[in-house]
Amino acid sequence: MKHPFDSAQLKKRQRKSMLFKSTALLMVALALLFLVVFLFNIASKGYSAFTQSYIYVTVDFSKIKNNPRVAIERQHRRVISNTWIRNLPNLIKENPSLKNETKKLWALANSEADQYIKGHDNKLKSKDKALIERLKKENRIKRKFNTILFTHGDSQMPENSGFFSAIKGTIMTIIITMLVGFPIGVMTAIYLQEFAKDNRIKQFIEININNLAAVPSILFGLLGLAIFINFLGMPRASALVGGLTLGIMILPIIIVTAQSALRSVPDSIRQAGFAMGLTRWQVVRGFVLPLAMPGILTGSIISLAQAIGETAPLLLLGMITFMPDAPTLVTDATTVMSAQIYTWSSMPQNGYIERTSAAILILLGVMVTLNLLAITLRSRFKKRFNL
Amino acid sequence: MTLNTVLIITILTLLIYYLYSNKSKKHKDRFEKSIEYLLILASLISIAILSILEHSILYHSSKFFADHSIWYFFTGTQWSADSLTNPQFGALPLFVGTVMIALIAMSVALPIGLFCAIYLSQFASSKTREIIKPTLEILAGIPTIVYGFFAAASVAPFVVSLFSSIGVEVSYSNALSSGIVLGIMIIPMITSLIDDVMLSVPQSYTKASFSLGLTKSETILFIILPVASPAIIAASLLGISRALGETMIVLMAAGLRPNLTLNPLEDMTTVTVRIVDAFSGDHSFSSAETLSAFALGFALFIFTLILNTLSIYLVKRFHNRYRYSNL
Repeated sequence: MKHPFDSAQLKKRQRKSMLFKSTALLMVALALLFLVVFLFNIASKGYSAFTQSYIYVTVDFSKIKNNPRVAIERQHRRVISNTWIRNLPNLIKENPSLKNETKKLWALANSEADQYIKGHDNKLKSKDKALIERLKKENRIKRKFNTILFTHGDSQMPENSGFFSAIKGTIMTIIITMLVGFPIGVMTAIYLQEFAKDNRIKQFIEININNLAAVPSILFGLLGLAIFINFLGMPRASALVGGLTLGIMILPIIIVTAQSALRSVPDSIRQAGFAMGLTRWQVVRGFVLPLAMPGILTGSIISLAQAIGETAPLLLLGMITFMPDAPTLVTDATTVMSAQIYTWSSMPQNGYIERTSAAILILLGVMVTLNLLAITLRSRFKKRFNL
Repeated sequence: MTLNTVLIITILTLLIYYLYSNKSKKHKDRFEKSIEYLLILASLISIAILSILEHSILYHSSKFFADHSIWYFFTGTQWSADSLTNPQFGALPLFVGTVMIALIAMSVALPIGLFCAIYLSQFASSKTREIIKPTLEILAGIPTIVYGFFAAASVAPFVVSLFSSIGVEVSYSNALSSGIVLGIMIIPMITSLIDDVMLSVPQSYTKASFSLGLTKSETILFIILPVASPAIIAASLLGISRALGETMIVLMAAGLRPNLTLNPLEDMTTVTVRIVDAFSGDHSFSSAETLSAFALGFALFIFTLILNTLSIYLVKRFHNRYRYSNL
């Protein structure tokens, strides 16, 4: 006999239920797949930029008079970086005994040859391709770790361009950002959460700050342009202007996260403090702030990471200009990591594709480090206070 | 009456209020008072800075609208801000492009984000949840410039080759590829918002539904989703607002040409792209093109403000309604 609950309709419903669950699972898998494809795509394009090709060539220093190119065999000139060749007279200046010598040196390959050696798209002529193959057989080609990427600024030649000035510019900009955003933001949060009376005015301010935390970042670029550059006359594209603008951008975010960290401190702690006759500031400084600090720091680190990755407002401030030298002062025109990525990504040469991806990998590395820091802080906070 | 003037009045009121209220507390020691003043000062600085933001955009765009028709700005179809002889400021193509790309993004992000939230809040064990949720949030932490490069260098060529294989000519800077990538970026935001709300749907509802013999998926479809629907709307509004204001992805993957069309395979441009483009040349600060960027910024500010306020209101109302039912 058939079980009364074992109807055909129930089976159908259960099948639908399974279908629904697997659809949900599929969507999660799809979202995770995006992430994997995305990271794999960037990594597979970028990892090769961490090495650079060098070619073993004979340099006849005695031939260098006006044109350093003649020091190298004619057929090799086409696969060697022009910037490396231009640097040859400097070698003689450093070491005058080289003047009449003929020496074998590892020369920096130019971008097209480098791309060919790495197996990427390139515009190398077939004659030069044959030359590279011949040199390969003679073991005159090697790939070394790319120090140029970390020690040079931007350049018109892909093989000679590096990320150093962008990294330095980012550090300078971010220091200013934190100097603006962190103290003002945290102090505002402390005031709003611990001191201000809960009335209409406070609620109105909080709603406004919440709204500003979700305003498109490009509008902060308009603000920086109108106030700092046009009105106050600060130097365009400088770390100072960029830092101030980003500082204002993260201010609402820091206020909101710091306020929620302060809110999560149990009221019993405050009441215990007041019961002992402490003033409000003593309670805040001695008990509330230390308990909320990991939360505040977590929020600040996350907003810091956001500021490092931000590009749009900096474009308006002129930070995409070609910048071969690293800045020394905060008022110098500079570029930052994200803006440098944008500049490289719009370059036509093949060599810049892997440079861009490598720069992205470096940027993502910084992000991951900062976020891991935030996560460890948060979990330690949870363990210590069991909140 | 603008937000900005309201804020300035607020600052003054706050100041007067505290000067007045402190008079009565004579016993407070000096140090305590000075700390409080310092904190008030910091709050005033941040409020002032944020009201200056609104003020400066409003000021420059009012300068623009003094010379140009506000009606034509919102309904005109010709945008040629960089033309020297006869610049036209009809921003309708830009608005259509912006909304179009935002809608493409939402049609990617909403189904995926919603189902991810359903899975995380209803089906996943707490252990899987703890792994998947932070992993998804990585997507939100990736800088937009990286997404932009991904869209321009990988997704756009893929879309072009996909459509050319079925014989459709597609521009490399099509709206579709930037919309898709923008959608991927928004997924974690939508997921975490909806997930949060779904977890706070009263358990008595689901228990009642199970006791009536509904299956898990029927409970989700007929009980939980209708209850959580205001939050789903709120999440979509917030997602749209985020997509409207996004700059780098559209700048790198969608076009620069204002193009009034509803075909997502053509190139389109957005409000944010025009703002960046207005500052790419060497113009004097008071030129019409520069001021038009402020007018666009103003429109963007108003749109996103409305969407954000609405979504914050919806979520707040939801939480207020069910605050005590899970205790």
